Amino acid sequence: MTTLATVLTREERPRRPSALAASLTFGWRAILKIKHVPEQLFDVTAFPIIMTLMFTYLFGGALAGSTKEYLQYLLPGIMVTSVVMITMYTGVGLNTDIEKGVFDRFRTLPIWRPAALVGMIIGDVLRYVLAATTIMLVGLILGFRPAGGVVGVLAGIGLLVVFSFAFSWIWTMFGLLLRSEKSVMGVSMLVLFPLTFLSNVFVNPSTMPGWLQAFVKLNPITHLVAAVRFLMAGTPDAAETMWTLAASAVLLAVFGALTMRLYNRK
Amino acid sequence: MSFAVETTGLVKIFGDNRAVDGVDLQVPRGTVYGLLGPNGAGKTTVVRMLATLLRPDGGTARVFGHDVAKEPDAVRSRVSLTGQYASVDEDLTGTENLVLLARLLGHRRPAARARAAQLLEAFGLTEAATRQVKKYSGGMRRRIDIAASILNTPDLLFLDEPTTGLDPRSRNQVWEIIREVVAHGTTVLLTTQYLDEADRLAGRIAVIDHGKVIAEGTPGSLKASIGAGTVHVRLRDPGRRPEAVSLIAATLDTPVQLDSDPVALTAPAASAEQAARALGALAGAGILVDDFSLGQPSLDEVFLALTAQGAPA
Ligand SMILES: Nc1ncnc2c1ncn2[C@@H]1O[C@H](COP(=O)(O)OP(=O)(O)OP(=O)(O)O)[C@@H](O)[C@H]1O
Ligand SMILES: [Mg+2]
Repeated sequence: MTTLATVLTREERPRRPSALAASLTFGWRAILKIKHVPEQLFDVTAFPIIMTLMFTYLFGGALAGSTKEYLQYLLPGIMVTSVVMITMYTGVGLNTDIEKGVFDRFRTLPIWRPAALVGMIIGDVLRYVLAATTIMLVGLILGFRPAGGVVGVLAGIGLLVVFSFAFSWIWTMFGLLLRSEKSVMGVSMLVLFPLTFLSNVFVNPSTMPGWLQAFVKLNPITHLVAAVRFLMAGTPDAAETMWTLAASAVLLAVFGALTMRLYNRK
Repeated sequence: MSFAVETTGLVKIFGDNRAVDGVDLQVPRGTVYGLLGPNGAGKTTVVRMLATLLRPDGGTARVFGHDVAKEPDAVRSRVSLTGQYASVDEDLTGTENLVLLARLLGHRRPAARARAAQLLEAFGLTEAATRQVKKYSGGMRRRIDIAASILNTPDLLFLDEPTTGLDPRSRNQVWEIIREVVAHGTTVLLTTQYLDEADRLAGRIAVIDHGKVIAEGTPGSLKASIGAGTVHVRLRDPGRRPEAVSLIAATLDTPVQLDSDPVALTAPAASAEQAARALGALAGAGILVDDFSLGQPSLDEVFLALTAQGAPA
Protein backbone atom coordinates (compact mmCIF):
# COMPACT_ATOMS: atom_id res chain seq x y z
CA MET A 1 0.00 0.00 0.00
CA THR A 2 1.49 3.29 -1.09
CA THR A 3 0.63 6.11 1.24
CA LEU A 4 1.05 9.81 0.89
CA ALA A 5 3.98 9.68 3.26
CA THR A 6 5.84 7.31 0.89
CA VAL A 7 5.33 9.46 -2.17
CA LEU A 8 6.33 12.61 -0.34
CA THR A 9 9.70 11.28 0.75
CA ARG A 10 12.29 13.45 -0.94
CA GLU A 11 14.37 11.54 -3.40
CA GLU A 12 17.16 12.74 -5.56
CA ARG A 13 15.68 14.63 -8.49
CA PRO A 14 16.39 13.45 -11.99
CA ARG A 15 18.29 15.76 -14.31
CA ARG A 16 16.04 18.01 -16.33
CA PRO A 17 15.33 16.62 -19.82
CA SER A 18 17.17 17.87 -22.88
CA ALA A 19 15.41 20.21 -25.31
CA LEU A 20 14.87 17.31 -27.70
CA ALA A 21 13.58 14.92 -25.03
CA ALA A 22 11.12 17.53 -23.72
CA SER A 23 9.86 18.31 -27.25
CA LEU A 24 9.41 14.63 -28.05
CA THR A 25 7.49 14.16 -24.80
CA PHE A 26 5.12 16.93 -25.87
CA GLY A 27 4.91 15.22 -29.27
CA TRP A 28 3.80 12.10 -27.40
CA ARG A 29 1.08 14.20 -25.75
CA ALA A 30 -0.15 15.23 -29.21
CA ILE A 31 -0.30 11.59 -30.30
CA LEU A 32 -2.22 10.66 -27.14
CA LYS A 33 -4.72 13.38 -27.95
CA ILE A 34 -5.20 11.94 -31.44
CA LYS A 35 -5.70 8.53 -29.83
CA HIS A 36 -8.43 9.88 -27.55
CA VAL A 37 -10.10 12.09 -30.18
CA PRO A 38 -9.56 10.24 -33.47
CA GLU A 39 -12.26 12.32 -35.17
CA GLN A 40 -9.66 15.04 -35.63
CA LEU A 41 -8.04 12.86 -38.30
CA PHE A 42 -11.09 13.47 -40.47
CA ASP A 43 -9.63 16.85 -41.43
CA VAL A 44 -6.43 15.32 -42.70
CA THR A 45 -7.99 12.47 -44.66
CA ALA A 46 -11.42 13.44 -45.98
CA PHE A 47 -10.50 17.02 -46.89
CA PRO A 48 -7.51 16.08 -49.08
CA ILE A 49 -9.46 13.31 -50.80
CA ILE A 50 -12.25 15.72 -51.68
CA MET A 51 -9.76 18.35 -52.90
CA THR A 52 -8.04 15.85 -55.16
CA LEU A 53 -11.22 14.44 -56.67
CA MET A 54 -12.83 17.85 -57.06
CA PHE A 55 -10.03 19.58 -58.90
CA THR A 56 -9.06 16.59 -61.01
CA TYR A 57 -12.54 16.24 -62.45
CA LEU A 58 -13.44 19.93 -62.39
CA PHE A 59 -10.46 21.24 -64.33
CA GLY A 60 -9.02 18.09 -65.85
CA GLY A 61 -11.05 18.09 -69.04
CA ALA A 62 -10.87 21.81 -69.69
CA LEU A 63 -7.25 22.48 -68.83
CA ALA A 64 -5.35 19.48 -70.06
CA GLY A 65 -7.74 17.69 -72.36
CA SER A 66 -7.99 14.65 -70.09
CA THR A 67 -8.16 14.12 -66.36
CA LYS A 68 -5.34 11.61 -66.41
CA GLU A 69 -3.00 14.01 -68.12
CA TYR A 70 -3.98 16.87 -65.82
CA LEU A 71 -3.41 14.68 -62.79
CA GLN A 72 0.29 14.32 -63.68
CA TYR A 73 0.53 18.12 -63.40
CA LEU A 74 -1.98 18.66 -60.58
CA LEU A 75 -1.21 16.00 -58.00
CA PRO A 76 1.98 17.44 -56.48
CA GLY A 77 0.29 20.85 -56.33
CA ILE A 78 -2.91 19.61 -54.76
CA MET A 79 -0.84 17.72 -52.19
CA VAL A 80 1.02 20.91 -51.30
CA THR A 81 -2.22 22.92 -51.14
CA SER A 82 -3.99 20.44 -48.89
CA VAL A 83 -1.12 20.00 -46.46
CA VAL A 84 -0.35 23.72 -46.28
CA MET A 85 -4.05 24.37 -45.61
CA ILE A 86 -4.05 21.79 -42.85
CA THR A 87 -1.24 23.66 -41.09
CA MET A 88 -3.77 26.24 -39.96
CA TYR A 89 -5.21 23.75 -37.47
CA THR A 90 -1.99 24.19 -35.54
CA GLY A 91 -3.01 27.75 -34.69
CA VAL A 92 -6.60 26.85 -33.95
CA GLY A 93 -5.50 23.96 -31.72
CA LEU A 94 -3.01 26.09 -29.83
CA ASN A 95 -5.54 28.85 -29.31
CA THR A 96 -8.00 26.47 -27.62
CA ASP A 97 -5.33 24.48 -25.80
CA ILE A 98 -3.52 27.43 -24.28
CA GLU A 99 -6.64 28.81 -22.63
CA LYS A 100 -6.75 25.71 -20.45
CA GLY A 101 -5.03 25.56 -17.10
CA VAL A 102 -2.63 22.84 -18.16
CA PHE A 103 -0.48 25.32 -20.06
CA ASP A 104 0.09 27.22 -16.81
CA ARG A 105 1.57 24.05 -15.46
CA PHE A 106 3.75 23.50 -18.52
CA ARG A 107 5.04 27.04 -18.27
CA THR A 108 6.07 26.58 -14.63
CA LEU A 109 8.19 23.52 -15.45
CA PRO A 110 11.94 24.04 -15.55
CA ILE A 111 12.30 22.87 -19.16
CA TRP A 112 13.35 24.28 -22.53
CA ARG A 113 10.66 26.89 -23.15
CA PRO A 114 9.67 26.20 -26.76
CA ALA A 115 9.31 22.46 -26.07
CA ALA A 116 5.53 22.55 -25.57
CA LEU A 117 5.04 24.27 -28.92
CA VAL A 118 7.63 22.25 -30.81
CA GLY A 119 6.02 19.08 -29.47
CA MET A 120 2.62 20.24 -30.59
CA ILE A 121 3.93 20.80 -34.10
CA ILE A 122 5.68 17.43 -34.08
CA GLY A 123 2.23 15.95 -33.56
CA ASP A 124 0.93 18.04 -36.43
CA VAL A 125 3.76 16.86 -38.68
CA LEU A 126 2.39 13.34 -38.29
CA ARG A 127 -0.92 14.65 -39.57
CA TYR A 128 0.81 16.25 -42.53
CA VAL A 129 2.46 12.94 -43.38
CA LEU A 130 -0.89 11.20 -43.13
CA ALA A 131 -2.58 13.76 -45.37
CA ALA A 132 0.21 13.59 -47.98
CA THR A 133 0.10 9.80 -47.97
CA THR A 134 -3.67 9.79 -48.40
CA ILE A 135 -3.45 12.07 -51.41
CA MET A 136 -0.67 10.03 -52.96
CA LEU A 137 -2.76 6.87 -52.63
CA VAL A 138 -5.81 8.55 -54.17
CA GLY A 139 -3.60 9.91 -56.94
CA LEU A 140 -2.12 6.52 -57.70
CA ILE A 141 -5.59 5.02 -57.88
CA LEU A 142 -6.74 7.76 -60.26
CA GLY A 143 -3.73 7.21 -62.51
CA PHE A 144 -0.91 9.44 -61.28
CA ARG A 145 2.37 7.86 -62.38
CA PRO A 146 5.41 9.62 -60.86
CA ALA A 147 8.53 9.01 -62.92
CA GLY A 148 10.72 9.62 -59.85
CA GLY A 149 9.47 6.38 -58.31
CA VAL A 150 9.34 5.64 -54.61
CA VAL A 151 12.46 7.71 -53.88
CA GLY A 152 11.17 10.74 -55.76
CA VAL A 153 7.79 10.58 -54.05
CA LEU A 154 9.31 10.21 -50.58
CA ALA A 155 11.71 13.08 -51.23
CA GLY A 156 8.82 15.26 -52.39
CA ILE A 157 6.73 14.45 -49.33
CA GLY A 158 9.78 15.01 -47.13
CA LEU A 159 10.38 18.47 -48.55
CA LEU A 160 6.70 19.34 -48.18
CA VAL A 161 6.71 18.26 -44.54
CA VAL A 162 9.85 20.28 -43.78
CA PHE A 163 8.28 23.38 -45.30
CA SER A 164 4.96 22.79 -43.49
CA PHE A 165 6.75 22.41 -40.15
CA ALA A 166 8.36 25.82 -40.65
CA PHE A 167 5.15 27.34 -42.03
CA SER A 168 3.19 26.17 -38.95
CA TRP A 169 4.97 28.77 -36.81
CA ILE A 170 2.95 31.48 -38.56
CA TRP A 171 -0.13 29.88 -37.04
CA THR A 172 1.31 29.42 -33.58
CA MET A 173 1.98 33.16 -33.66
CA PHE A 174 -1.60 33.95 -34.65
CA GLY A 175 -2.91 31.36 -32.21
CA LEU A 176 -1.22 33.29 -29.40
CA LEU A 177 -1.95 36.73 -30.77
CA LEU A 178 -5.65 36.46 -31.53
CA ARG A 179 -8.40 36.17 -29.00
CA SER A 180 -10.65 33.48 -30.37
CA GLU A 181 -10.51 30.33 -32.39
CA LYS A 182 -12.82 31.95 -34.95
CA SER A 183 -10.52 34.87 -35.60
CA VAL A 184 -7.59 32.48 -36.03
CA MET A 185 -9.64 30.63 -38.65
CA GLY A 186 -10.53 33.89 -40.37
CA VAL A 187 -6.96 35.11 -40.63
CA SER A 188 -5.79 31.68 -41.77
CA MET A 189 -8.23 31.68 -44.66
CA LEU A 190 -7.25 35.20 -45.60
CA VAL A 191 -3.62 34.18 -45.87
CA LEU A 192 -4.02 30.68 -47.27
CA PHE A 193 -6.41 31.21 -50.14
CA PRO A 194 -4.33 33.75 -52.06
CA LEU A 195 -1.14 31.94 -51.19
CA THR A 196 -2.28 28.58 -52.53
CA PHE A 197 -4.42 29.71 -55.48
CA LEU A 198 -2.15 32.49 -56.74
CA SER A 199 0.56 29.98 -57.51
CA ASN A 200 1.45 27.35 -60.05
CA VAL A 201 -0.73 24.72 -58.37
CA PHE A 202 -3.62 24.70 -60.82
CA VAL A 203 -2.42 26.30 -64.03
CA ASN A 204 0.84 27.24 -65.65
CA PRO A 205 1.67 30.83 -64.62
CA SER A 206 2.60 31.80 -68.22
CA THR A 207 -1.15 32.11 -68.92
CA MET A 208 -1.53 34.84 -66.24
CA PRO A 209 -1.27 38.64 -66.60
CA GLY A 210 2.17 40.09 -65.87
CA TRP A 211 1.47 41.60 -62.46
CA LEU A 212 0.06 38.32 -61.26
CA GLN A 213 3.04 36.44 -62.62
CA ALA A 214 5.26 38.68 -60.53
CA PHE A 215 3.38 37.70 -57.35
CA VAL A 216 3.31 34.05 -58.29
CA LYS A 217 7.06 34.08 -58.81
CA LEU A 218 7.64 35.46 -55.31
CA ASN A 219 5.16 33.12 -53.66
CA PRO A 220 7.06 30.44 -51.71
CA ILE A 221 4.28 27.98 -52.47
CA THR A 222 5.17 28.25 -56.17
CA HIS A 223 8.75 27.21 -55.47
CA LEU A 224 7.65 24.45 -53.14
CA VAL A 225 5.26 23.06 -55.73
CA ALA A 226 7.90 23.27 -58.45
CA ALA A 227 10.46 21.54 -56.25
CA VAL A 228 8.04 18.77 -55.31
CA ARG A 229 7.00 18.30 -58.95
CA PHE A 230 10.58 17.97 -60.08
CA LEU A 231 11.40 15.53 -57.28
CA MET A 232 8.42 13.33 -58.07
CA ALA A 233 9.16 13.50 -61.79
CA GLY A 234 12.63 12.18 -61.08
CA THR A 235 14.37 15.36 -62.26
CA PRO A 236 15.29 17.14 -59.00
CA ASP A 237 15.88 20.86 -59.39
CA ALA A 238 18.53 22.07 -56.98
CA ALA A 239 17.57 25.75 -57.27
CA GLU A 240 13.89 25.22 -56.43
CA THR A 241 14.74 22.84 -53.60
CA MET A 242 17.26 25.26 -52.10
CA TRP A 243 14.80 28.13 -52.48
CA THR A 244 12.21 26.13 -50.55
CA LEU A 245 14.63 25.14 -47.81
CA ALA A 246 15.82 28.73 -47.45
CA ALA A 247 12.22 29.98 -47.24
CA SER A 248 11.58 27.35 -44.54
CA ALA A 249 14.58 28.53 -42.54
CA VAL A 250 13.45 32.15 -42.75
CA LEU A 251 9.85 31.32 -41.77
CA LEU A 252 11.06 29.26 -38.82
CA ALA A 253 13.48 31.93 -37.61
CA VAL A 254 11.08 34.85 -37.92
CA PHE A 255 7.81 33.31 -36.80
CA GLY A 256 9.44 30.97 -34.28
CA ALA A 257 10.99 33.99 -32.58
CA LEU A 258 7.75 36.00 -32.67
CA THR A 259 5.84 33.02 -31.30
CA MET A 260 8.24 32.57 -28.40
CA ARG A 261 8.03 36.27 -27.55
CA LEU A 262 4.26 36.03 -27.32
CA TYR A 263 4.41 32.72 -25.46
CA ASN A 264 6.69 34.12 -22.79
CA ARG A 265 4.47 37.14 -22.30
CA LYS A 266 1.13 35.40 -22.22
CA MET B 1 16.85 34.46 3.27
CA SER B 2 14.79 32.52 5.77
CA PHE B 3 11.52 33.19 3.97
CA ALA B 4 10.08 30.93 1.28
CA VAL B 5 8.35 33.91 -0.31
CA GLU B 6 9.08 37.55 0.26
CA THR B 7 7.40 40.34 -1.69
CA THR B 8 7.65 44.08 -1.31
CA GLY B 9 5.26 46.50 -2.96
CA LEU B 10 4.18 43.94 -5.54
CA VAL B 11 1.99 45.50 -8.26
CA LYS B 12 0.14 44.14 -11.28
CA ILE B 13 -1.95 46.38 -13.49
CA PHE B 14 -4.40 45.17 -16.16
CA GLY B 15 -5.37 48.17 -18.27
CA ASP B 16 -6.41 50.66 -15.61
CA ASN B 17 -7.27 47.99 -13.07
CA ARG B 18 -4.69 47.73 -10.27
CA ALA B 19 -5.39 44.04 -9.67
CA VAL B 20 -2.49 43.78 -7.21
CA ASP B 21 -1.69 47.06 -5.58
CA GLY B 22 1.38 47.05 -3.35
CA VAL B 23 1.40 43.64 -1.66
CA ASP B 24 4.01 42.86 1.01
CA LEU B 25 4.20 39.23 2.07
CA GLN B 26 6.61 37.19 4.14
CA VAL B 27 5.93 33.47 4.04
CA PRO B 28 7.98 31.46 6.57
CA ARG B 29 9.46 28.18 5.33
CA GLY B 30 7.76 24.91 6.14
CA THR B 31 4.36 26.40 6.93
CA VAL B 32 0.98 26.82 5.31
CA TYR B 33 0.35 30.45 4.50
CA GLY B 34 -3.22 31.46 3.71
CA LEU B 35 -4.12 34.14 1.20
CA LEU B 36 -7.73 34.92 2.03
CA GLY B 37 -9.98 37.14 -0.06
CA PRO B 38 -13.23 37.40 -2.01
CA ASN B 39 -13.69 37.03 -5.79
CA GLY B 40 -11.51 39.42 -7.70
CA ALA B 41 -9.33 40.30 -4.70
CA GLY B 42 -6.16 39.52 -6.64
CA LYS B 43 -5.23 36.16 -5.12
CA THR B 44 -4.71 34.34 -8.42
CA THR B 45 -2.76 37.27 -9.82
CA VAL B 46 -0.36 37.21 -6.86
CA VAL B 47 0.12 33.46 -7.22
CA ARG B 48 0.71 33.73 -10.98
CA MET B 49 3.39 36.33 -10.45
CA LEU B 50 5.09 34.20 -7.80
CA ALA B 51 4.94 31.16 -10.09
CA THR B 52 6.68 33.15 -12.90
CA LEU B 53 3.59 33.14 -15.13
CA LEU B 54 3.05 36.91 -14.99
CA ARG B 55 5.61 39.68 -14.84
CA PRO B 56 5.13 42.08 -11.94
CA ASP B 57 4.58 45.70 -13.00
CA GLY B 58 6.14 46.99 -9.80
CA GLY B 59 7.82 45.88 -6.59
CA THR B 60 9.85 42.72 -6.13
CA ALA B 61 9.07 39.12 -5.35
CA ARG B 62 11.59 36.54 -4.19
CA VAL B 63 11.06 32.82 -3.89
CA PHE B 64 13.77 31.16 -1.78
CA GLY B 65 15.82 34.25 -2.42
CA HIS B 66 15.47 34.11 -6.23
CA ASP B 67 13.87 37.09 -7.95
CA VAL B 68 10.86 35.83 -9.96
CA ALA B 69 11.49 38.22 -12.82
CA LYS B 70 15.25 37.82 -13.08
CA GLU B 71 15.77 34.16 -12.24
CA PRO B 72 12.57 32.44 -13.32
CA ASP B 73 14.28 29.11 -14.00
CA ALA B 74 15.69 28.91 -10.48
CA VAL B 75 12.21 29.60 -9.13
CA ARG B 76 10.58 27.06 -11.45
CA SER B 77 12.82 24.26 -10.30
CA ARG B 78 11.66 24.69 -6.70
CA VAL B 79 7.93 25.36 -6.99
CA SER B 80 4.81 23.59 -8.23
CA LEU B 81 1.51 25.17 -9.12
CA THR B 82 -1.98 23.73 -8.79
CA GLY B 83 -4.01 26.37 -10.58
CA GLN B 84 -7.53 27.40 -9.79
CA TYR B 85 -8.85 25.68 -12.91
CA ALA B 86 -7.99 22.20 -14.18
CA SER B 87 -4.24 22.09 -14.32
CA VAL B 88 -3.93 18.74 -16.03
CA ASP B 89 -4.90 17.76 -19.57
CA GLU B 90 -8.56 16.79 -19.53
CA ASP B 91 -8.31 14.74 -22.72
CA LEU B 92 -5.70 12.42 -21.25
CA THR B 93 -6.12 9.74 -18.60
CA GLY B 94 -4.85 10.08 -15.04
CA THR B 95 -1.88 7.84 -15.77
CA GLU B 96 -1.02 9.59 -19.03
CA ASN B 97 -1.04 12.98 -17.34
CA LEU B 98 1.26 11.88 -14.55
CA VAL B 99 3.62 9.99 -16.86
CA LEU B 100 3.77 13.01 -19.18
CA LEU B 101 4.71 15.37 -16.35
CA ALA B 102 7.15 12.89 -14.80
CA ARG B 103 8.90 12.61 -18.17
CA LEU B 104 9.05 16.39 -18.43
CA LEU B 105 10.68 16.48 -15.01
CA GLY B 106 13.37 14.16 -16.35
CA HIS B 107 12.27 10.70 -15.17
CA ARG B 108 13.00 7.89 -17.58
CA ARG B 109 10.03 5.99 -18.91
CA PRO B 110 9.99 3.09 -16.39
CA ALA B 111 10.60 5.42 -13.45
CA ALA B 112 7.86 7.76 -14.71
CA ARG B 113 5.40 4.88 -14.95
CA ALA B 114 6.26 3.65 -11.47
CA ARG B 115 5.97 7.13 -10.00
CA ALA B 116 2.60 7.68 -11.66
CA ALA B 117 1.23 4.39 -10.34
CA GLN B 118 2.51 5.21 -6.86
CA LEU B 119 0.86 8.63 -6.81
CA LEU B 120 -2.43 7.33 -8.18
CA GLU B 121 -2.52 4.75 -5.42
CA ALA B 122 -1.62 7.24 -2.69
CA PHE B 123 -4.38 9.56 -3.90
CA GLY B 124 -6.98 6.79 -4.17
CA LEU B 125 -7.22 7.09 -7.94
CA THR B 126 -5.96 3.69 -9.04
CA GLU B 127 -9.39 2.69 -10.31
CA ALA B 128 -9.65 5.85 -12.39
CA ALA B 129 -6.11 5.54 -13.73
CA THR B 130 -7.14 4.69 -17.29
CA ARG B 131 -10.09 7.07 -17.48
CA GLN B 132 -9.90 10.49 -19.14
CA VAL B 133 -9.67 13.26 -16.56
CA LYS B 134 -12.70 15.00 -18.07
CA LYS B 135 -14.74 12.10 -16.76
CA TYR B 136 -13.52 12.56 -13.17
CA SER B 137 -15.66 13.98 -10.38
CA GLY B 138 -14.72 17.36 -8.90
CA GLY B 139 -12.99 15.78 -5.92
CA MET B 140 -11.01 13.30 -8.04
CA ARG B 141 -9.95 16.08 -10.34
CA ARG B 142 -8.61 18.15 -7.48
CA ARG B 143 -6.67 15.16 -6.25
CA ILE B 144 -5.08 14.45 -9.63
CA ASP B 145 -4.24 18.18 -9.90
CA ILE B 146 -2.41 18.01 -6.59
CA ALA B 147 -0.81 14.66 -7.40
CA ALA B 148 0.58 16.24 -10.58
CA SER B 149 2.13 18.96 -8.44
CA ILE B 150 4.08 16.63 -6.19
CA LEU B 151 5.62 14.33 -8.81
CA ASN B 152 8.86 15.77 -7.50
CA THR B 153 8.14 16.87 -3.95
CA PRO B 154 8.40 20.66 -4.39
CA ASP B 155 9.90 23.05 -1.87
CA LEU B 156 6.99 25.42 -2.36
CA LEU B 157 3.51 24.42 -3.48
CA PHE B 158 0.95 26.95 -4.70
CA LEU B 159 -2.64 25.81 -4.23
CA ASP B 160 -5.11 28.25 -5.75
CA GLU B 161 -8.53 27.68 -4.17
CA PRO B 162 -8.06 23.92 -3.91
CA THR B 163 -11.41 23.24 -2.26
CA THR B 164 -13.80 25.65 -3.96
CA GLY B 165 -16.80 23.66 -5.17
CA LEU B 166 -15.95 20.46 -3.29
CA ASP B 167 -18.31 18.59 -0.99
CA PRO B 168 -17.32 18.30 2.70
CA ARG B 169 -15.80 14.85 2.31
CA SER B 170 -13.62 15.79 -0.67
CA ARG B 171 -12.66 18.98 1.09
CA ASN B 172 -11.47 16.97 4.09
CA GLN B 173 -9.41 14.74 1.83
CA VAL B 174 -7.70 17.77 0.33
CA TRP B 175 -7.04 19.17 3.80
CA GLU B 176 -5.47 15.88 4.84
CA ILE B 177 -3.23 15.98 1.77
CA ILE B 178 -2.15 19.53 2.55
CA ARG B 179 -1.28 18.65 6.14
CA GLU B 180 0.74 15.67 4.96
CA VAL B 181 2.58 17.74 2.36
CA VAL B 182 3.58 20.34 4.95
CA ALA B 183 4.60 17.66 7.41
CA HIS B 184 7.18 16.60 4.81
CA GLY B 185 8.78 20.00 4.72
CA THR B 186 7.05 21.66 1.77
CA THR B 187 5.91 25.24 2.20
CA VAL B 188 2.32 25.73 0.99
CA LEU B 189 0.84 28.99 -0.23
CA LEU B 190 -2.89 28.46 -0.18
CA THR B 191 -5.51 30.84 -1.50
CA THR B 192 -9.06 30.52 -0.28
CA GLN B 193 -12.32 32.34 0.11
CA TYR B 194 -13.13 30.48 3.33
CA LEU B 195 -11.97 31.71 6.69
CA ASP B 196 -12.50 28.33 8.33
CA GLU B 197 -10.22 26.70 5.77
CA ALA B 198 -7.45 29.22 6.36
CA ASP B 199 -8.08 28.88 10.09
CA ARG B 200 -7.68 25.11 10.09
CA LEU B 201 -4.65 24.87 7.87
CA ALA B 202 -2.66 28.09 7.88
CA GLY B 203 -0.03 29.21 10.36
CA ARG B 204 -0.47 32.76 9.16
CA ILE B 205 -3.07 34.48 7.01
CA ALA B 206 -3.01 37.57 4.84
CA VAL B 207 -6.45 39.00 4.14
CA ILE B 208 -6.46 40.58 0.72
CA ASP B 209 -9.08 42.81 -0.92
CA HIS B 210 -8.93 45.03 -3.99
CA GLY B 211 -5.30 44.09 -4.47
CA LYS B 212 -4.21 45.17 -1.00
CA VAL B 213 -3.39 43.27 2.16
CA ILE B 214 -5.85 44.60 4.71
CA ALA B 215 -4.79 42.39 7.62
CA GLU B 216 -2.06 39.87 8.37
CA GLY B 217 -1.39 37.59 11.29
CA THR B 218 -2.04 34.23 12.88
CA PRO B 219 -5.63 32.98 12.64
CA GLY B 220 -5.97 33.51 16.39
CA SER B 221 -4.88 37.12 16.30
CA LEU B 222 -7.12 37.88 13.32
CA LYS B 223 -10.14 36.38 14.99
CA ALA B 224 -9.38 38.09 18.27
CA SER B 225 -9.34 41.40 16.44
CA ILE B 226 -12.88 40.84 15.17
CA GLY B 227 -14.47 38.85 18.00
CA ALA B 228 -15.06 35.14 18.34
CA GLY B 229 -18.01 34.95 16.02
CA THR B 230 -21.71 35.32 15.78
CA VAL B 231 -24.39 34.01 18.10
CA HIS B 232 -27.45 32.67 16.25
CA VAL B 233 -30.55 32.15 18.38
CA ARG B 234 -33.94 30.68 17.52
CA LEU B 235 -36.70 31.15 20.07
CA ARG B 236 -39.70 28.90 20.66
CA ASP B 237 -42.07 31.85 21.04
CA PRO B 238 -41.77 34.83 18.68
CA GLY B 239 -43.68 36.97 21.22
CA ARG B 240 -40.68 36.93 23.56
CA ARG B 241 -38.18 38.20 21.03
CA PRO B 242 -38.10 41.83 22.27
CA GLU B 243 -37.31 40.58 25.75
CA ALA B 244 -34.59 38.26 24.45
CA VAL B 245 -33.06 41.09 22.43
CA SER B 246 -32.60 43.33 25.43
CA LEU B 247 -31.17 40.49 27.54
CA ILE B 248 -28.63 39.48 24.89
CA ALA B 249 -27.70 43.06 24.10
CA ALA B 250 -26.99 43.63 27.79
CA THR B 251 -24.92 40.45 28.22
CA LEU B 252 -22.88 40.72 25.02
CA ASP B 253 -22.70 44.49 25.10
CA THR B 254 -23.36 44.70 21.35
CA PRO B 255 -26.30 45.59 19.14
CA VAL B 256 -28.54 42.64 18.23
CA GLN B 257 -29.78 42.03 14.69
CA LEU B 258 -33.35 40.95 14.05
CA ASP B 259 -33.66 38.42 11.26
CA SER B 260 -36.64 38.43 8.92
CA ASP B 261 -37.63 35.14 10.53
CA PRO B 262 -39.68 36.31 13.57
CA VAL B 263 -38.10 33.77 15.97
CA ALA B 264 -34.48 34.36 14.98
CA LEU B 265 -31.86 36.88 16.02
CA THR B 266 -28.11 37.21 15.70
CA ALA B 267 -25.41 39.12 17.55
CA PRO B 268 -21.60 39.24 17.49
CA ALA B 269 -19.86 37.78 20.53
CA ALA B 270 -16.40 38.68 21.76
CA SER B 271 -15.77 35.24 23.26
CA ALA B 272 -17.33 31.83 23.76
CA GLU B 273 -17.68 32.56 27.51
CA GLN B 274 -19.78 35.62 26.76
CA ALA B 275 -21.97 33.60 24.42
CA ALA B 276 -22.47 31.04 27.16
CA ARG B 277 -23.49 33.80 29.58
CA ALA B 278 -26.07 35.02 27.05
CA LEU B 279 -27.56 31.54 26.87
CA GLY B 280 -27.63 31.45 30.67
CA ALA B 281 -29.43 34.77 30.81
CA LEU B 282 -32.14 33.53 28.43
CA ALA B 283 -32.64 30.37 30.47
CA GLY B 284 -32.74 32.41 33.68
CA ALA B 285 -35.57 34.53 32.28
CA GLY B 286 -37.49 31.42 31.27
CA ILE B 287 -37.25 32.12 27.52
CA LEU B 288 -37.35 28.82 25.64
CA VAL B 289 -34.65 28.40 23.00
CA ASP B 290 -34.92 25.95 20.08
CA ASP B 291 -31.44 26.56 18.76
CA PHE B 292 -28.41 28.39 20.00
CA SER B 293 -25.09 28.40 18.18
CA LEU B 294 -21.85 30.29 18.07
CA GLY B 295 -20.70 30.47 14.45
CA GLN B 296 -17.25 31.34 13.16
CA PRO B 297 -17.15 34.81 11.76
CA SER B 298 -17.82 34.53 8.05
CA LEU B 299 -15.52 36.10 5.54
CA ASP B 300 -18.14 38.82 5.11
CA GLU B 301 -18.00 39.61 8.80
CA VAL B 302 -14.23 39.62 8.77
CA PHE B 303 -14.26 42.16 5.96
CA LEU B 304 -16.91 44.27 7.53
CA ALA B 305 -15.02 44.28 10.79
CA LEU B 306 -11.65 44.93 9.17
CA THR B 307 -12.81 47.75 6.97
CA ALA B 308 -14.81 49.27 9.83
CA GLN B 309 -11.69 49.25 12.02
CA GLY B 310 -9.80 51.23 9.44
CA ALA B 311 -7.75 48.37 8.10
CA PRO B 312 -5.11 47.50 10.70
CA ALA B 313 -2.44 45.92 8.51
N1 LIG C 1 -5.49 38.42 -17.58
C1 LIG C 1 -6.23 39.42 -17.05
N2 LIG C 1 -6.56 40.50 -17.80
C2 LIG C 1 -7.28 41.50 -17.29
N3 LIG C 1 -7.74 41.53 -16.02
C3 LIG C 1 -7.45 40.51 -15.22
C4 LIG C 1 -6.68 39.38 -15.69
N4 LIG C 1 -6.55 38.51 -14.68
C5 LIG C 1 -7.20 39.04 -13.62
N5 LIG C 1 -7.75 40.24 -13.93
C6 LIG C 1 -8.50 41.12 -13.01
O1 LIG C 1 -7.71 41.30 -11.85
C7 LIG C 1 -8.50 41.27 -10.69
C8 LIG C 1 -8.00 40.23 -9.74
O2 LIG C 1 -8.26 38.96 -10.30
P1 LIG C 1 -7.79 37.60 -9.63
O3 LIG C 1 -8.12 36.52 -10.57
O4 LIG C 1 -6.38 37.71 -9.19
O5 LIG C 1 -8.73 37.52 -8.36
P2 LIG C 1 -8.95 36.30 -7.34
O6 LIG C 1 -8.74 36.84 -5.99
O7 LIG C 1 -8.13 35.14 -7.74
O8 LIG C 1 -10.50 36.00 -7.55
P3 LIG C 1 -11.28 34.59 -7.52
O9 LIG C 1 -11.58 34.28 -6.10
O10 LIG C 1 -12.52 34.89 -8.29
O11 LIG C 1 -10.43 33.56 -8.17
C9 LIG C 1 -9.93 41.08 -11.16
O12 LIG C 1 -10.55 42.35 -11.21
C10 LIG C 1 -9.79 40.50 -12.54
O13 LIG C 1 -10.86 40.89 -13.35
MG1 LIG D 1 -8.53 33.26 -8.37
